[in-house]
Amino acid sequence: METPRTHWQPRPAPGFHLGRVKRIVRLGIKTLWLHRLRSLLTVLGIVFGVCSVIAMLAIGEGASHEAQEQIKNLGSQNIILRSVKPPEQQKVSDQGSQSYVLNYGLTYADVKRIRATIPDVQLILPSRIMRDFVWNIDRRLDCEIIATVPWYPTLRHHEVIAGRFFTDHEMDAKASVCVLGAELVPVLFPLGAPVGKHVRVGGSYYQVVGVMAARAKNPDAESNGQRNQTVANTMFIPLETAKTRYGEILRKIRSGSFEQERVELHELTVEVASADKVMATADAVKALLERHHKKKDYEIVVPLELLRRAERTKQIFNIVLGSIAAISLLVGGIGIMNIMLASVTERTREIGIRRALGAKREDIITQFLVEAVILSAAGGLIGVLLGVVIPHFVSQFAGMKTIVTFWSPFLAFTISGAVGVIFGIYPAFRAAAMDPVEALRHE
Amino acid sequence: MIPSEHQTTSEPIVRLEGVEKTYRMGPVTVNALRGISLQINAGEYVSIMGPSGCGKSTLLNVLGCLDRPSAGRYFLGADDVSCLDDRDLSAMRGARLGFIFQSYNLIQQLSVVENIEVPLFYQGCGEDEMRERAVELAKVVGLDDRLNHKPFELSGGQQQRVAIARALVNDPLVILADEPTGNLDSVSGVEILKVFDDLNSRGKTVILVTHDESVARHANRAVRLRDGLVHTDVRTHGD
Repeated sequence: METPRTHWQPRPAPGFHLGRVKRIVRLGIKTLWLHRLRSLLTVLGIVFGVCSVIAMLAIGEGASHEAQEQIKNLGSQNIILRSVKPPEQQKVSDQGSQSYVLNYGLTYADVKRIRATIPDVQLILPSRIMRDFVWNIDRRLDCEIIATVPWYPTLRHHEVIAGRFFTDHEMDAKASVCVLGAELVPVLFPLGAPVGKHVRVGGSYYQVVGVMAARAKNPDAESNGQRNQTVANTMFIPLETAKTRYGEILRKIRSGSFEQERVELHELTVEVASADKVMATADAVKALLERHHKKKDYEIVVPLELLRRAERTKQIFNIVLGSIAAISLLVGGIGIMNIMLASVTERTREIGIRRALGAKREDIITQFLVEAVILSAAGGLIGVLLGVVIPHFVSQFAGMKTIVTFWSPFLAFTISGAVGVIFGIYPAFRAAAMDPVEALRHE
Repeated sequence: MIPSEHQTTSEPIVRLEGVEKTYRMGPVTVNALRGISLQINAGEYVSIMGPSGCGKSTLLNVLGCLDRPSAGRYFLGADDVSCLDDRDLSAMRGARLGFIFQSYNLIQQLSVVENIEVPLFYQGCGEDEMRERAVELAKVVGLDDRLNHKPFELSGGQQQRVAIARALVNDPLVILADEPTGNLDSVSGVEILKVFDDLNSRGKTVILVTHDESVARHANRAVRLRDGLVHTDVRTHGD
């Protein structure tokens, strides 16, 4: 049947006017406000979902930030080589041949070889590490004495907070100077101002020329059983000074057995010209050392690699958190859908009235969709606020470092809005699909 | 006060040609309307009466563009609306019809003035235009001092007057009233009927569905239905 339409043309659909949007939103808020308690209970799912995600992300971010900070302290352009007592040799010494001098580890020859053959190496920082008591009159502290070179602070990004580090001149002159770690100062010099005073190690006195910033112990210290350090008590002396004071052979007295070992260098820090050459250089160093060391008496730590591993761990952590978030938002979304379906049934009459007064299907869809989005967005907003505040309290009371990344509230809020749309669509279509006659008859 | 462009009585505003409506209720087919032909001119005041089950409501639904006839044609104004789709029917309702229901059917969460604005909102009117028009109509029905009241704060008669203002706000061709006094006490009922009389005297076309003879007497034409057909169609002299 043809439909002659002589005069009438439907009025063009109203466009996107801010006034209309405001009115629809205002109506939605008004309607939801009529059932305050119900609306509040409905959005709780979203609130907790969003809040827990932001809070957990903040705590996770804080924890991994701390780990990464420690790794960065080692220097992302650095390769760190450490002397390790070879396992089979350890057994021999345990069996107790007392005159045996264990000879292992990195040597000065290694330093020369690396410098001579590997192109991208900028600086090499050799150091020896001894343990001894550091004394000031009758105050003493078990301490790690690091004998090293003057460019240590720059290479290891370790800050001198008072006085200065020792100089090339003092190094050459084998001067008896030392730099204390900040953590030693309160114990050895409770009155402060250690610079210029003297400390005693064994039979020798060292003049304190500077203080280094306090630093947490190395994150990979656990993996290094050889030096079971508990606190990062450190004192720095010139390498040349250490050579004359200690010689090459270190004696350790351990529960009855007497152990001697000769280690030329305990640690080598190799600085590479740029970060992208670190991995290649590390491989080259590894190959070089393998050629000249019969036993595996060293280990290579590449902070960049550790950093990448930490980042990978963080990624996994984020994925796990993301899944938890997705589940809680799903539950919240189902809650919203549930209440919207109930609302549609309850307001069948209103839908009928609106349809009779000229509302098109899309008008009804818009109305209910907007309500669902208001619910979920309000939940998201409350969740974001709680999620930003809670980490603050966690770091205050639990002493954990937390970082609320700037994007996580935005992301959480956007997703909660999307949840509103996704779970609001079905109820809205149900509402729009109602027959106006039936809807008007509904009691 | 009420704009009335369709005052010429000769022009047919509603024209039904052999309108039929059948429902399927499970295996049973119900013939609610069995071929109704009816012509209503601009400015008429028509009552539609008949016993329950005669097809009154069905006819009203068809007239109100809430339902499409199964057969036959329905011209509203100059246009055949019997084959329009849902979207165009909605637009048609919004543009050309004013509904008044027995149970007022105001939207409870909206204030008086917002209720009156609803049809204009779906017509895509601007905020200021809507408000101006709604306040004007509230004045016409004598509720300009209750603009921000909610429906539940009003008496039945007042609520029905809000509904009338709402039905007039889009300046419809036809006002369809379904038992408008059914829920009212006799005093308010008389007041409301006076409003209808007044509207008609200003040239509005009113179709009033009722089973109450005293209400129907206000109209100047009485259409009686029986078994889905027009039984009698007489011109009367309204009060």
